[in-house]
Amino acid sequence: MAEEDKGIALTDEQKKKRRSRSIAIGIALAALVVLFYVVTIIKLGPGIMDRAL
Amino acid sequence: MSLAERQDTISQDSAVWDGGMGSVGDYVALLKPRVMSLVIFTAFVGLMLAPGSVHPVLGAVAILCIAIGAGASGALNMWYDADIDEIMSRTRKRPIPAGKITPEEALAFGVTLSIGSVVTLGLLVNWFAGAFLAFTIFFYVFVYTMWLKRSTPQNIVIGGAAGAFPPMIGWASVTGSVSLESFVLFLIIFMWTPPHFWALALVKNSDYTAAKVPMLPVVAGETSTRHHILAYSVLLAPVGAAPYLLGFASPVYGAASALLGLAFVALAADIWRKREGDLAKAACWRLFKFSIFYLFTLFALLLGESLVLGA
Repeated sequence: MAEEDKGIALTDEQKKKRRSRSIAIGIALAALVVLFYVVTIIKLGPGIMDRAL
Repeated sequence: MSLAERQDTISQDSAVWDGGMGSVGDYVALLKPRVMSLVIFTAFVGLMLAPGSVHPVLGAVAILCIAIGAGASGALNMWYDADIDEIMSRTRKRPIPAGKITPEEALAFGVTLSIGSVVTLGLLVNWFAGAFLAFTIFFYVFVYTMWLKRSTPQNIVIGGAAGAFPPMIGWASVTGSVSLESFVLFLIIFMWTPPHFWALALVKNSDYTAAKVPMLPVVAGETSTRHHILAYSVLLAPVGAAPYLLGFASPVYGAASALLGLAFVALAADIWRKREGDLAKAACWRLFKFSIFYLFTLFALLLGESLVLGA
């Protein structure tokens, strides 16, 4: 029976760095969401309330 | 480790992988933060000087996108130039030659940020500015880094245009177009770049020689470089005063730019006179440091005037 393929084994150092990078990416993505939301409000202005019912 | 060896290692069970070692700080270093700070400042001045107005949030978005685009160019530059960065003492500690980030990671990071910054600027501000940013990244990566840098001593003269575009992009973020005034801002940085970098290249000549980068001192010699520095400094002085001469800056700016221009030429003449030893090296460092002060002061004056007179 073939030995199970364990793939790439990350060192503790790599796992620690990956975690810090993941947090930074998460913060950047959250900031982008907020940014696009705010700019949408700014661009639409009062018209944001103007929608057909 | 070569690429073939790396792929071989990855294919093994429980293989070790030499990627994934970059910290957040290493990725920030890929963006060349010091260059980015100058880009942010000059783009901000372009944005503030432009006629009309832009919502402060959109203005901040424009500056952010220009900064990220510039950083992405820096990352792509480090990806392509990793081989020569490893040789030169000034660049040896950059994340790729230091082994903290693999070239593939840097490439992916640079491409992602390039596309992200251009699309965000286009969608949120205007597509002219977005296209201009895309062109600037293209110019820096393909024209300067991949083509000119290793093939001609005019590399930083023509390639310097990429570093001079940010105030025009800042201007375009407000107006959706470019104008003579924004071109003058471009021209100041464009004419400033050669003497600024050649002063550094004279000091770091051995580095560039070892890396086989055909900087002017390597190809044409140190004497010719000194002639060029002086000539470009003489040309830069009136260009620095052009905002006053063309009527979009005050006499105060005119007088300050004239004095700063004269000081620039005097320091360039000092380099021209002192050819040997530590005195020559010190003269080069003086001009290099003063050139940063010169550019910062001219743009700060223009910014100050736009804030005072525009209020």
